[in-house]
Formats: sequence, structure tokens, C-alpha cells
Amino acid sequence: MSDYGIPTLKENIDRETVDQVLALDVDKYKYGFETDIESDMAPKGLDEDTIRFISAKKEEPQWMLDWRLEAFRRWQTMIEPTWARVKYPKIDFQDQHYYAAPKGSSGPKSLDEVDPELLRTYEKLGIPLSEQKILAGVQEDGNGEATPFSGNVAVDAVFDSVSVVTTFRKELAKSGIIFCSISEAVREYPELVQKYLGSVVPVTDNYYATLNSAVFTDGSFVYIPKGVRCPMELSTYFRINERNTGQFERTLIIAEEGSYVSYLEGCTAPMRDENQLHAAVVELVALDDAEIKYSTVQNWYPGDKNGKGGIYNFVTKRGDCRGKNSKISWTQVETGSAITWKYPSCILRGDGSRGEFYSIAISNGHQQVDSGTKMIHLGKNTSSRIISKGIAAGFSDNTYRGQVSCHRKATNARNFTQCDSLLIGDTCGAHTVPYIESRNSSAVFEHEATTSKISDDQMFYCLQRGLSEEEAVALIVNGFVRDVLQHLPMEFMVETQKLIGISLEGSVG
Amino acid sequence: MSTPMLEIKNLHVRVEDQEILKGVNLTLNRGEVHAVMGRNGSGKSTLSYVLAGKDDYEITDGEILFNGEDLLEMEPDERAAAGVFLAFQYPIEIPGVATMTFLKAAMNAQRKSRGEGELSTPEFMKAVKEAASLLEVKQDMLKRPLNVGFSGGEKKRAEILQMALLAPQLCILDETDSGLDIDALKVVSEGVNKLRGPDRTMLVITHYQRLLNHIVPDVVHVFSDGRVVETGGKELALELEAKGYADFDAETAA
Ligand SMILES: Nc1ncnc2c1ncn2[C@@H]1O[C@H](COP(=O)(O)OP(=O)(O)O)[C@@H](O)[C@H]1O
Ligand SMILES: [Mg+2]
Repeated sequence: MSDYGIPTLKENIDRETVDQVLALDVDKYKYGFETDIESDMAPKGLDEDTIRFISAKKEEPQWMLDWRLEAFRRWQTMIEPTWARVKYPKIDFQDQHYYAAPKGSSGPKSLDEVDPELLRTYEKLGIPLSEQKILAGVQEDGNGEATPFSGNVAVDAVFDSVSVVTTFRKELAKSGIIFCSISEAVREYPELVQKYLGSVVPVTDNYYATLNSAVFTDGSFVYIPKGVRCPMELSTYFRINERNTGQFERTLIIAEEGSYVSYLEGCTAPMRDENQLHAAVVELVALDDAEIKYSTVQNWYPGDKNGKGGIYNFVTKRGDCRGKNSKISWTQVETGSAITWKYPSCILRGDGSRGEFYSIAISNGHQQVDSGTKMIHLGKNTSSRIISKGIAAGFSDNTYRGQVSCHRKATNARNFTQCDSLLIGDTCGAHTVPYIESRNSSAVFEHEATTSKISDDQMFYCLQRGLSEEEAVALIVNGFVRDVLQHLPMEFMVETQKLIGISLEGSVG
Repeated sequence: MSTPMLEIKNLHVRVEDQEILKGVNLTLNRGEVHAVMGRNGSGKSTLSYVLAGKDDYEITDGEILFNGEDLLEMEPDERAAAGVFLAFQYPIEIPGVATMTFLKAAMNAQRKSRGEGELSTPEFMKAVKEAASLLEVKQDMLKRPLNVGFSGGEKKRAEILQMALLAPQLCILDETDSGLDIDALKVVSEGVNKLRGPDRTMLVITHYQRLLNHIVPDVVHVFSDGRVVETGGKELALELEAKGYADFDAETAA
């Protein structure tokens, strides 16, 4: 700031943090409502017929069905992994639905055809689906509150197993950008899907990824043509609504040579006593000189304060820096889910490619988080950067698990890893599990890790200035995650600052 | 006469089974500036923490009235909102939280507890600008995380800056002069003097007399081994400087 007059963006954000922190509701999970809407569902259970049912519902070509069936056969031979530091009762895969769609919505339509009840749901969640409103610059919802998403964001809204609407498609198509549901892409752009689907996360990759390959229902598809800078943020908003239903979404993003895209992903679910499974697969492909920035705010229902209910979030996210000098950057804010098992990774295949991982993982109550990243250096002169901020409160467990590896031929690989954990109270745990493998002597990998607590002195100092205990914790935690916060797009930064406060409510006093 | 702003009556305080304050009596009227002088370890900071409501202190006897109300019943943040401010002897670092952010959080938190609306950004900026120029605080410092990497002088200035912004009724300054060079001492003292007023009471805790050349007190108390052993006018500070604490200790012992 040159003078005390007009604040810069950064300072605006700082102020915003506090404003948001101060404006916190006492209420905990504010996305926990349920939408009363009639659904079209697959019967409970999982066998080849379930998969045929899903594939038929989506009017898929034969090759897609075959792909799914092959994955399913493979999955039946696999064993659920147990290496993560998480505990949960065995999942009965036969005791859930694998497909649920709002009645009469077999696929995305134009806005005026979408069930108003669904539009209201997204409105309640603060997701603008109305293009006119955005274009007209209206940024307030019915309660006069600013929505977390304001400005130019194209949204794909996924409700249970289907994408209900994708906004701004025509606008984007002008630059040759494809932004649609994956189901639609399978039908409309089979060559692209066949070429890239499963090319980053193979069908056989891991238990949940293989399951997802068999039963995935919807998700987003993005294709950015050569040399195009996507003019707006693309966003998918996932909502689980139905009971006893798993959500298995599949996202595929392809950035052609010299292109750029920033993609945002948000998720919420109603509060329910039973656990629900969410096993997504996200694949990113960046070709020569392309850049993909992928940001997530994961706020699935975390369960109640006794650890009852909540989402099991078992997700495989991987980006392939396939081209030279390509770049993939993952930024994640993990506040929700009963259990999170998630390692957004980068394969640094292209020479000079770069991978980044910025993470804020907050656990409270009885939440369990086992998350981190893998940076796999294959090309020459590849670099990666990892900044992870784990905050554990209540009775939660928060593990950072990260792998940095360097292939024999990857000369001059560089990695910097910074892992900071913050403990609130003394009934929670934070753990850091780094795996470092280097097969090339020119590699330089740096790893720094710290664990700290919010000190009584810091709390007292804040209270002495008039902050309540919860305001103090939220402020201190926002300070702790500042380095990562700065990597989030504006839309998510504001939401995140709010979320931090909400997620940590009840963690003190 | 009106109710004193602060009345401390026969205050006994223990920390970890050790009695630190052994019957403190003090009465501060509205608008007065009192100095408490005492050697290291005599319990001055303990007194300031107890006033501000820090945990870990066991009050075994006595009472504290703030504007006639029981201060010990109030939570630390309630005391702050009611107008009790402590400028810490050792200000605490808050990593990642810009000083500016912290200031606004504190101001709005207090306003909220008092049922007042939040400050608008221009109002806030104006208030900060005024306070910062009073204390010669540079803008750059306001962007840095609070107290992180601040020099001793910067930390103390930041404390008084907060005091100026929060406009408390009762200001407790714990060794605000320590860590200040002579120029900084002048700036800070002048800042404090400008904040003096008929509705504001100050308890200035110090080890050395030199601060009191700049912030001239109405009343001086000599503190020794957990209690007030002598009370007088501003000349008492000079006497103390000349004689040293030993004489007063002897009086206590006698
Ligand atoms: N938290 C504490 N635990 C144990 N002893 C303490 C604690 N706080 C203060 N003391 C002791 O109380 C006495 C008074 O300390 P303090 O109030 O800091 O004195 P002053 O500020 O006058 O130098 C000292 O002997 C100190 O060691
Ligand atoms: Mg002291």
C-alpha cells in the first residue's frame, strides 16, 4: 500500500479474513440440509448388472461399458488397502446405491429446464448457476450476503450421480474450450476420452480407483485447446444428497500445448448418521508449456461431535506433466469428511516440468485425515514444491504422507518440502510421514517439518485484546495457513477463511 | 467522591504453591496516573496478569473492583471489552497475522461485545493512520506479522499503538520502557502522554525511574516482595532512585 488510502488486494484479503472470521455463525455444519427431491436410483448392491444399469442410464457406447466391466472384474480380485493411518469399520459394498439421479434429469440441460428445487439447493450453497445474474454483476444472494463464488466462474453442478447443469458453455466454446459433464464427453467426444481416460490413473491403480473406474457416475470434462488461456475459472460443485449412496465422480482435464486453466472444485453433503462413501478419480494432463491449476475446497459432512456419520473420502488425484515445461499445481483445503485418504500427485515427465502441492488440512472432532502428495521426477530439470499445513483439534488424527522420488535419468531434480503441523489441545495427533527416494545423485531435495501448538500465551494475548477464544483460534490458524491461502483463487480464499473458523468451532474451552 | 476506577483490596495470589502477591492494596481514581516501582521478581508482572485475567494464578484472598464491579468474575476478553488494557512486558508473536489484520480483529471484537457495529474500512484506516503517526510507526510494520521479528522498540510501540486504537479506560503498562533506546522512549512516552485524559487511568509499572521523567505520575507506589510498601508523590521515584530499593526492603522487614 503506497499510503493508507486504497488498500491493495492482499490487505483486502487480510481484512476479509478477519471480517469473515468475525462474522462466523455459531452453527456448525451449515451445508447439512437435505433437498427433498424425487430420485431415480439403482437398486442397492454391486454386480455386473449394476454397471450395465449405470452405463445404460448414461447411454454409453459399448467401449465404455467394456472398460467398466474390465475394471469391475479387476476390482473383485483386489484387497482394500490398510496402510493409511485411518480406522473405520469394513465397508459393505453391497449395502449401497451406486446411482442416484434427480428424477427426469438424465443429463445437463439449459438452466430453464433444470428443476427449480435443484437450483434452490445450489443457491443455498452459495453457488451461482444463473449466468444472467453473474453477467449482470449481481453478487448477493437473497439474504444480502455475498456469495463465496462471485465474478466469472463457469460451474458444472453435480448432484448425486449426475451433472445437472453446466454454465457458460457457449461462452467457452467460442475459444474452443470444452467444459461439460464426463457422461456427455463419453458420448460427444469419444476420441478424446478414449485417448486420455485412465492414462494418468490406470484402471488397475488402486482399490478405490479401480472401483471408481467400474462405477463412476459423473464428473467434469475439460479440454483446453492449444494456446488458449481459459478466460474464466472453471468449477465443479459436487453435492451428495441421497441416503446410502456412494458418489464416484470422475474428472478429466486436458490442457493442450501452451494452454492454461484454473479449475475449482467444491463439495458438501447433508448431515447423516450413516457413513457415505465418496471415491473420486481426477486425472490431469498438461502438454508442452501448458499449466493447470487445480483448487479444491473439500467440505463433505465430517460427522457429528461423537464421530457418528460423515463421508469416507477416498480419492485418487493425479496430474501428468506430460509435456516439456508444463506445470500442474494442486491447492487443497480439506476441512470435511470423517475420513480423508487423498494424495494429489504430479508425474513430472516432461523435461523442465514443475509440480506444486499446497495443502491446508483441518481435522476436528473425530475426523481422520491421511493426506499428502507424490512428486515423481522423471524428466530432466524438473522441480516440485510442497507446502502442507495440518491443523489438528479435538480427538482427530492428521497425517501428512508424502513421497518425493527421482528417477535415474531425472538429472537436476529439485524439491522443496515444508510440512507444518499445528495442534490445538492435547487429545489430537499430527504425524508426518515423508518418503524420499533418489536414484540420481544430482537431485536436491529439501525437507523441513515443524510441529507447534497454539500457546497459552498467544491465546491470552488475543483474549486480552478482546477476541473470544474461537475468534483467537481462527485468527491464529488463518495466520498459520497464510502461505497456502495465498495460492487459492479469490473465490475460494474467502470461503476458506470462513471455513477455518467454522471447522474449528468447539476446539477450545 | 465517585467510585474509584480500580480498587485492589488485600490481594493474595499464588502460583504453583508459592505466594507471590501478599496483600496488595491500591486505589486508582479516574484520570490518575499511578506508577508502581519495584525490583525484578517483586511481583509486578504477576499483578498485571491477574488484573488482565490470565490463567494459572490462584487468588487466595482479596478482591478487585473495576468501576465498582468484581473484575475477578470477568473473562479476559470481557475485561478487554470493558476497557482493561495490558501493554505486555514481553509482547507475544502471532505468526502469519499481519499487524493490521490483528488490529482490526481486536477493535471489531471489542465493538461486537459492546453491541456496537463493525468499523467501516475507511473509519478503521483513518484510526490506524492517526495512531501510527502518533507513535511514529511505519506502514511497513503494519503489514508484518504481529511482533514477529520486531525489535524490542517496535514491539513496545506496537503495544502502545494498540492501546491508542482500543482507547481503554484502564491502561496497565508493564515495563514499557524496557528494550527502548532513549529516542524510542521519548516517542513512546509522548504517545502515552497524549492518551492521558480525565476518563483514563494508568498503572505504569517500571523498574527504573527514567520512564517517570517522561510520563510523570500523580502517585508513586513502591512494590516489594508482593505488596506495596510505600506510597507518595512523584518525588518518591527520585528518592527511590537515590536510595535504592534496599532501604525500602528494610522498611518492609522492620
Ligand atoms: N508462572 C509462574 N510460575 C512460577 N513462578 C512464577 C510465575 N510467574 C511468576 N513467578 C514468580 O513470581 C515472582 C514474581 O514474578 P513477576 O511478577 O514476573 O515479577 P516482576 O514483574 O516484578 O519482575 C518471581 O519470583 C517469579 O519467578
Ligand atoms: Mg515483570
